[in-house]
Amino acid sequence: MISELLFFMEVLVAGLLSGTMYSLVALGFVLIYKASSTFNFAQGAMVFFAVLSFVGLMEFGIPFSVAFVLTIFLMIAVGLATERLVLRPLMNQSEDTLLMATIGLGFVLEGLAQAVWGVEVRRLDLGIKDSPIPWIADNLQLFISALDVTAGLVATAMIIGLTLLFKYTKIGLGLRSVADDAGAASSIGIPLKHIMLLVWSAAGVVALVAGMMWGARAGVQFALIDLALKALPVLIIGGFSSIPGAIIGGLLIGASEKILEVYIGPYFGGGIEGWAPYVLAIFFLLYRPEGLFGEKIIRRV
Amino acid sequence: MKPVFMTFTRGDIINFIVLMVLGFLIIPMTITNGYWYSSILIPWLCLALAAVGQQIVMGYAGQLSLGAAGFMAAGAFACFNLILRIPDLPFVGALIISGLIAAAFGILFGLPSLRVRGIYLMVATLASQFFIVWMIDKFGWFKNYDTSGIITAQNIEIFGKSFTSPINMYYVVLVVVAVLTLLAMNMVRGSAGRNWMAVRDMDIAAESMGVSLLKTKLEAFAISAFYCGVAGALFAFTYLKSLEPVAFDIKLSFKILFMVILGGLGTINGAFIGAAFILLFPVVLNFIGNTAFHGSIDATIISSIEQVVFGALMIIFMIYEPLGMAKLWESIKSKIGFNKKK
Repeated sequence: MISELLFFMEVLVAGLLSGTMYSLVALGFVLIYKASSTFNFAQGAMVFFAVLSFVGLMEFGIPFSVAFVLTIFLMIAVGLATERLVLRPLMNQSEDTLLMATIGLGFVLEGLAQAVWGVEVRRLDLGIKDSPIPWIADNLQLFISALDVTAGLVATAMIIGLTLLFKYTKIGLGLRSVADDAGAASSIGIPLKHIMLLVWSAAGVVALVAGMMWGARAGVQFALIDLALKALPVLIIGGFSSIPGAIIGGLLIGASEKILEVYIGPYFGGGIEGWAPYVLAIFFLLYRPEGLFGEKIIRRV
Repeated sequence: MKPVFMTFTRGDIINFIVLMVLGFLIIPMTITNGYWYSSILIPWLCLALAAVGQQIVMGYAGQLSLGAAGFMAAGAFACFNLILRIPDLPFVGALIISGLIAAAFGILFGLPSLRVRGIYLMVATLASQFFIVWMIDKFGWFKNYDTSGIITAQNIEIFGKSFTSPINMYYVVLVVVAVLTLLAMNMVRGSAGRNWMAVRDMDIAAESMGVSLLKTKLEAFAISAFYCGVAGALFAFTYLKSLEPVAFDIKLSFKILFMVILGGLGTINGAFIGAAFILLFPVVLNFIGNTAFHGSIDATIISSIEQVVFGALMIIFMIYEPLGMAKLWESIKSKIGFNKKK
């Protein structure tokens, strides 16, 4: 009985912690949605692009920290180019048009990353082992991966940082005003372009961190894109415009998909992780279309 | 939903006759190389049919869907099982029933469209993509307990005659695609199409004018999935000649989405133009890579470049010509004075 409970706890904790990785991807998405009401479908591709560039730079013998900074600059450049080449010409277009454009952007980023760095699977060693932490294993009989815990801590730190940025800084105030009403914000002198650039760069940095966490676990490879797609049901559950929503959505998806996989999966030959989050999202949509923390959508003729 | 043949103009009928003569007489007379049929024309027609399905749900009814490949998989495996388990069933019958089975999936996964739209709906349709492919993969019955993962498709037999050579298969595909495309054109011009477009342009307004959203949206999903299902079955039986769930992964869904968007949303022509482009562009790119650089460029790099070009084109079309290549073609035609007589 105790061992069953412990096993359940283990599955739950592993699910919650891997959920924080979904949250990290979803976070980048929310940042952009909050500031520009754009569904950035390319966020998954940005994760892949960022981490592949990072690993590629490291292969040239560039040290970890330098490669990290260089990749951040690269992601800022991507943000700049996106603002200039994609968003600005499409200003005031419908949401669906922007969504299509970001799907295109995603393909461009995926293709570019692979054309430059190749398609082979790469290992990324962060110096953190994907194995149980001995201390917890000895004292609590729970086997929890050190990498999961690190990812959880990193995600928490980023969320706190971003929340502080949004709530207490002048930039954050600008961001919120743009999110509320871009036209009004720009008419009182808030530089829309700078805000957009800032948001896309922040999303790029979040993408890099998320990619590093995923890459350390599953290898840096194209399959990361599919994992990043799972951020979409996370967003539906959490709401597109809410940072806490992204976190809780990620935790819910992470925990429920692991529990479903472990306890129900064996009856169907496994692999239900692949679709369970989406079906979960559908049920959520039927019940609460705006998500847990999203703003209620009101549509008028 | 009564057919409205009246709305076809004389130009349409002439176009139709020209295309049929081209498809049934001129192409078979001029092209004798089997490669053209089995690697270009057959996949083009199959994918264009799926794109017509995608066009109905997305271009006409305005419902963002990313599950086309899932419905294609449903159609393909339904066809395989029908032929396998019901020996007396003719191929065309199996094709229609597999389309209907796919349509049932379409209705099921179209249900969320009653509550949500845009990207929310897109995520919901992703569920169909992943679920259907997973289901086929995990339950051995669908694959007739074949463990190799790849099942050879049965021969196509119609009225006791076996259609195995590329050109014969081409005829089968062409007939099915021509009939279904004609039907689709008829539908989008009739009351069904008008309802779809009303819902696309403003669903609340449409509803307040008495268009039933429930019926219209689910109808669009069902018909779209029917087209995708038939296309999937044809795709598996005439092009792949095998059945494997991986052939219908999310990438294929994206491809079909691209066909519709680059080809031009809300036009049946656009589905065919887009399919031709998406299919031919990699062939051309490979050809350039092989001849100009003598194969010194890695195939993976070429496919990466292909991705970049598709993505960039998507952005460019969204900015400059959201109505896609079909519109581009129309403007070129009117610029050179081809359309003057109306």
